[in-house]
Amino acid sequence: MPVVSMTVNGNPVRAEVDVRTLLVQFLRETLRLTGTHVGCDTSQCGACVVHVNGVAVKSCTMLAVQAEGAEVLTIEGVARGDALHPMQEAFRQNHGLQCGYCTPGMIMTALDIVRRKGHELDDRTIREELEGNLCRCTGYHNIVKSIAAGARAMAGDDPARQQAAE
Amino acid sequence: MYDFTYHRASGLRQATNLLAKHEDAKPIAGGQSLLPMMKFRLASPSNLVDLNAVEGLNGIELTSRALVIGAMARHAEVHVSPQVQQGIPALAALAGMIGDPAVRHRGTLGGSLANNDPTADYPAAALALGATIVTTKRKIPADEFFAGLFETVLEPDELITKVSFPLPKKAAYQKFRNPASRYAIVGVFVAKRPAEVRVAVTGAGASGAFRVPAFEEALQKRFHPKSLEGLSVPAEGLASDIHASAEYRAHLIGVMARRAVAAANG
Repeated sequence: MPVVSMTVNGNPVRAEVDVRTLLVQFLRETLRLTGTHVGCDTSQCGACVVHVNGVAVKSCTMLAVQAEGAEVLTIEGVARGDALHPMQEAFRQNHGLQCGYCTPGMIMTALDIVRRKGHELDDRTIREELEGNLCRCTGYHNIVKSIAAGARAMAGDDPARQQAAE
Repeated sequence: MYDFTYHRASGLRQATNLLAKHEDAKPIAGGQSLLPMMKFRLASPSNLVDLNAVEGLNGIELTSRALVIGAMARHAEVHVSPQVQQGIPALAALAGMIGDPAVRHRGTLGGSLANNDPTADYPAAALALGATIVTTKRKIPADEFFAGLFETVLEPDELITKVSFPLPKKAAYQKFRNPASRYAIVGVFVAKRPAEVRVAVTGAGASGAFRVPAFEEALQKRFHPKSLEGLSVPAEGLASDIHASAEYRAHLIGVMARRAVAAANG
């Protein structure tokens, strides 16, 4: 079986994997980082979004072996100790979740939106950008509010921490 | 998915050698179509040759006559590239309409053309712009590249290295999206080139993207939406499924073509 090594949330990891292992399976089953979810397994829903080398990807549609040498950031890597990341805090404050299943993917996508579009995000931009993330509790209204608030909060947050999140 | 042997190619020659050596080997670029097909067991390559570490397949270059884009350029890169936005803004816009942001971070130009999904966007752009697909073996005009559903003239050990898009005078792409999958139910790319007008349609053809000579002739006389009034595409030969009947797709081709011409005229 091939051996794959990568950096996940700042920690170097190395493991032997079946070549068919998807990145999301590797994160959840090998590394036991179960914050990243599997919703549809067909790149529609976005519950599995993580960052690979700084950009959001659907980890159900990438092989673990393809992440060789990559920097991977999952939802477990965005908080600083016990302090939630401003985007996580914004979801909490704005009731941006109901069942929570889509939330890790929503937050990882939200951070990617901020990276590309900046801190002042209008509703239309956020809704358009969320086209690859589904919420089946139909909680989009508060998710959009959360992302706008989180993006603004990140502007005021300390740069070192933003860097860690990005 | 079925088991396979994985190879991370570091150079083009190594990649094409691996593809030539192993029967049923397949290259993987962004993997946004191939991996889902492998999960469904619709594709079962014996060997997978990963192109992501191959050098020389990236880069976007704008010359006075053409826009040349590396095969591994991601849709997200093409969408925001200043060269593409300056050279062929319609192509930058098209790239931003593919899939969703996360898919666009992985999916590539070369992969999309080689896969030739009948609802993919890039085949329409390649046909309408009169692109040349440059491979490890030859240069193939877009008109000769596509060969039916999910088929191209590429040989098993032939890889796209870059695509050259001659600069049009005007161009625009209009896409009628399936609201769930975001794929084109009908997409129409129109290009006014120095010597001709081209109209290419994706999403509608039962055997992939195609050009519409009747529309092209009418627009050649006058590049205006009014030139297309009264013209239509026959429903025969168009795809018909739960999302749209062939008749509806035929109607949409006219609508999208007129909108595309209007958009190209600004």
